Amino acid sequence: MARAQIAARTLRTDRWWLPPLTTFAGLLLISIYAAFRTFQGDFYWVDQYHYLTPMYSPCLSEECVPAASHFGQPLPALPGFLTPPVVIIPFLLGFRITCYYYRKAYYRAAWASPPACAVAEPHAKYTGETRFPLIAQNLHRYFFYAASILLCVNIYDTVLAFGTGLGLGNLILLVNVSLLAAYTLSCHSCRHIAGGRLKHFSKHPVRYWMWTQVSKLNNRHMQLAWASLIFVCLTDLYVALVASETISDLRFIN
Amino acid sequence: MSYQGKFRVWRGDDSGGGLEDFTVEVNEGEVVLDIIHRLQATQAPDLAVRWNCKAGKCGSCSAEVNGRPRLLCMTRMSIFEEAETITVTPMRTFPIIRDLVTDVSFNYTKAREVPSFQPPKDLAPGEYRMQQVDVERSQEFRKCIECFLCQNTCHVVRDHEENKEAFSGPRFLMRVAELEMHPLDTADRVDQAQDDHGLGYCNITKCCSEVCPEHIHITDNALIPMKERVADRKYDPIVWLGNKLFRRS
Repeated sequence: MARAQIAARTLRTDRWWLPPLTTFAGLLLISIYAAFRTFQGDFYWVDQYHYLTPMYSPCLSEECVPAASHFGQPLPALPGFLTPPVVIIPFLLGFRITCYYYRKAYYRAAWASPPACAVAEPHAKYTGETRFPLIAQNLHRYFFYAASILLCVNIYDTVLAFGTGLGLGNLILLVNVSLLAAYTLSCHSCRHIAGGRLKHFSKHPVRYWMWTQVSKLNNRHMQLAWASLIFVCLTDLYVALVASETISDLRFIN
Repeated sequence: MSYQGKFRVWRGDDSGGGLEDFTVEVNEGEVVLDIIHRLQATQAPDLAVRWNCKAGKCGSCSAEVNGRPRLLCMTRMSIFEEAETITVTPMRTFPIIRDLVTDVSFNYTKAREVPSFQPPKDLAPGEYRMQQVDVERSQEFRKCIECFLCQNTCHVVRDHEENKEAFSGPRFLMRVAELEMHPLDTADRVDQAQDDHGLGYCNITKCCSEVCPEHIHITDNALIPMKERVADRKYDPIVWLGNKLFRRS
């Protein structure tokens, strides 16, 4: 038996193309900004108030401003056009690219697989995540581990910046790490590691409690993914503007 | 508050067919299935439609309304504009029998491929004891009414007929997850999910969750946890090492 003969790619009458288009535009804009800032190699550290943009943290190579290298400079100066963030960006990018929410977002928006529910995709063949390279999406938990370490570094930077007083920059850094922490903890791999992998919750009450808390955050994973991504860029922009003396930091104490 | 609503309904069978236009009376409080029944009663007595409970619990009247997979009995006419033409078509993923009725036996074949619940050998029926927190996850999946809208909307088989053999679809991967998370099930479901039911084909675009009339979080609570279990088993040497060191099976 054959399927019903319906020639139209979709019979949806709503604006199904709007969410993937918005997602694509958003991800493209953020990627362009992040690439520009990564390779700019400047205006990432405000010496007066100890603000370090999260995009350059930790700053581990010899071309870093020494005061911005909270963990020393174990790496030599990077050759050519390479800048300090290229050491950490692969881990941060890997965490976002393999994230279960972002996978949905870019599979739909960038690869049209599918562009929207009940809208036919344009590809003749589909093997999903069964083979290379997409089988590497299973490495998400490793990027989660790396992102957790980098989150701790960001928290450390934020705490250090409070040593110079209190300004708007401190509050922005604080909101930034809070959103990054919420996004990282709401990760599906974190939910699995916290307790999801257990078969008997009743035998592990602490892990069950942790799982329920992570599950609450996990319900907001998409919102946290966007909020944290946009706020990282805004935080970086603020630090760049203060570092380049385009604006001055609004100070509350000192 | 009645009006004459404009409808396009797919009519035909596996030898061919197309959309036919109808104008049908619509009354306040009605659902799309009411209109289809009125159409049968007044203009198209041979129109085929599968339905049963009219309460969103039997999963029989699955179809597509304006291109979106829905239960006809749970789609209120009040969500549409009066001037709008409403298109009603059969589920695309399954072979057509006639008009709005499809052959969903693909799903029964896949259901039979999932090995049934396997309690411990030394536990007799009546001796099962478990706590509520241990069965809560599985209970969410038991809300499934088997309407197969998730199977219909999943692009893995909707857009690629050739994947039907390798991929069981979200409904039956959820069944595997339900058993895997059951505290008394002893079968090894993880390798089955990946190797026998095609979990790797799922690219978690969440259309199954979007169309589920029972609002089951199929992707977040069944498919992703199963993918994580597969990662434990096949792609995580740290877990492998931990299992060896602490002699966990």
